[in-house]
Amino acid sequence: MAINSYQKKNSLQKQKQKRNLRSSVLAEFWFYFSENRGAVIGLWVFLFLVLIAIIAPFAAPHGPVDQYRDALLVPPVWQQDGSWKFILGTDAVGRDILSRLMYGARFSLFIGLVVVTIAATGGILIGLIAGYFQGVLGTIIMRIMDVILAFPSLLLALVMVAILGPGLINAMIAIAIVLQPHFVRLTRASVINELSREYVTSARVAGASTIYLITRTILPNCLSPVIVQATLSFSTAILDAAALGFLGLGAQPPTPEWGTMLAEAREFILRAWWVVTLPGLAILITVLAINLMGDGLRDALDPKLRRS
Amino acid sequence: MLGFILRRVGLLVPTFLGITIITFGFVRVLPGDPVLLMAGERGLTPERHQQLLEEFGFNRPIWQQYIEYLGDLLTGDFGNSFITKKPVLDEFFTLFPATIELSLCAMLIAIAFGIPAGIIAASKRGSILDQSIMGVSLVGYSMPIFWWGLLLIIVFSGWLGWTPVSGRISLVFFFQIKTGFMLIDSLLSGQKGAFQSALSHIILPAIVLATIPLAVIARQTRSAMLEVLGEDYVRTAKAKGLPSRRVIGIHALRNAMIPVITVIGLSVGTLLAGAILTETIFSWPGIGKWMVDSISRRDYQVVQGGLLLIAAIVMTVNLLVDMTYGLINPRIRHN
Repeated sequence: MAINSYQKKNSLQKQKQKRNLRSSVLAEFWFYFSENRGAVIGLWVFLFLVLIAIIAPFAAPHGPVDQYRDALLVPPVWQQDGSWKFILGTDAVGRDILSRLMYGARFSLFIGLVVVTIAATGGILIGLIAGYFQGVLGTIIMRIMDVILAFPSLLLALVMVAILGPGLINAMIAIAIVLQPHFVRLTRASVINELSREYVTSARVAGASTIYLITRTILPNCLSPVIVQATLSFSTAILDAAALGFLGLGAQPPTPEWGTMLAEAREFILRAWWVVTLPGLAILITVLAINLMGDGLRDALDPKLRRS
Repeated sequence: MLGFILRRVGLLVPTFLGITIITFGFVRVLPGDPVLLMAGERGLTPERHQQLLEEFGFNRPIWQQYIEYLGDLLTGDFGNSFITKKPVLDEFFTLFPATIELSLCAMLIAIAFGIPAGIIAASKRGSILDQSIMGVSLVGYSMPIFWWGLLLIIVFSGWLGWTPVSGRISLVFFFQIKTGFMLIDSLLSGQKGAFQSALSHIILPAIVLATIPLAVIARQTRSAMLEVLGEDYVRTAKAKGLPSRRVIGIHALRNAMIPVITVIGLSVGTLLAGAILTETIFSWPGIGKWMVDSISRRDYQVVQGGLLLIAAIVMTVNLLVDMTYGLINPRIRHN
């Protein structure tokens, strides 16, 4: 009975210690992250975009594909002929640009999230295998990755979408495939680096199985660079998806995806600046916010890369 | 050094074979019959269909087709365009100079502005100037360049009317193509105003294409300079009383350039990807626009050949970068 209560107390204490450790790690992370003013601004902008994406159906003044036939190419409200009904103006078929931009935030963030999830999960998994089994299997995997990296990524994505057929889902798959070799390389490099460390040897001596060794011992110590890469890939994914949409191979009209909106607006560039300027500005702000956050994450997570 | 080069070239062989497998597989995984794709809307009699299948070898085992494909590649046969019926390789070499010209101009702009910007930022670290340079370069790095191009067209072609919207040179000029580079050819032609016309056509696309490499080079130069500025030999040079211009310009810069050169070399892939968008926006008749047009025209023979050629170019340039790196840094050579 006494032993039991001692054990209980001990395990409680351990849990508490673990929690303290975790919160101190978080505190340290936040300390370094918040030192980077740009990163904090990026985070706020990003959270704002997430909020817009969530509330778009309630907050948008109009539906994203509603056409007002009597209000074609209405300029933004601060210009002559602008009206409060369409704050950022309308496009060539009379759709409200503000509403389309708000709905567009959903697409861009969704694209970023899905693409990074697919690319990172696949890339980490393959990278772990290639790093742990460095013989023939690892070599074959890395050669395949070299092949993918030999193509300019946008071109390969373009051709893949041409094969799979234009559309948002196919564009996301293609972008995920061209992005994942970066995760493979990064994970493999840090696995190889970690494998020679003593804590891995000691875990192995203690009888850890291969799966346990890979997933529990090595993986957590490889994650920092991968997280930084994931942020960078998030912005690349949004940019590439918009580029594919712009070339007519991504999301198809009338989807309010920002790149697709730009493509539809191209013929009006000299007549109605707002239909071209605003979707691009939305892309730029989103990508910039994420890249700012990425810089801060790198400072906070990777002491080796910390800007001296 | 020779051993190093041979090793590197040897490593490329499997990668190149992998690339050919992808481009070969590309036409085969397309939904539908390749012969029907080629015939397009016109339709075919069953006899003609069978005849064509045999002619192109589509009914033989897949590995036999692949070997044949490799053989064709080695003899420089990349097939003919479904649409124009001209050899893909010929079309590629007609259009490639336009892309090289544009990429070279973009690279020059990126280097000419990126390296000084990075040096200034590093030497005035923490100042407002440093922060603005880094801020601007992060904006450049995050730029959707297809939108950036449209924006420049609105301002410089629309509002100011300074530059034309598309093409390489005004149609009033007509002269012999000698080098394929419009800037040089227009100078050689001796026609008045031809060079100015070519220059005004290339300036906007070159700026657009330069944007991302410029930002990357500026950031890389800054961080490489910062690293070098903390080294002992730089401190020694400063302690000797050398003027800071000399310390930064000679002692630090020379050593900071190695990673910058690597970044410049590796941005060739970025440039070619950027060329796809830039050329499409400005109707620049290079291989980027050619690829996009061929994809939308479903001219898969061209897409297949172009993809392979572009990948081969990127691979070769990366190899050259590797070798230069090995030349500069003996530690890599002997690893």
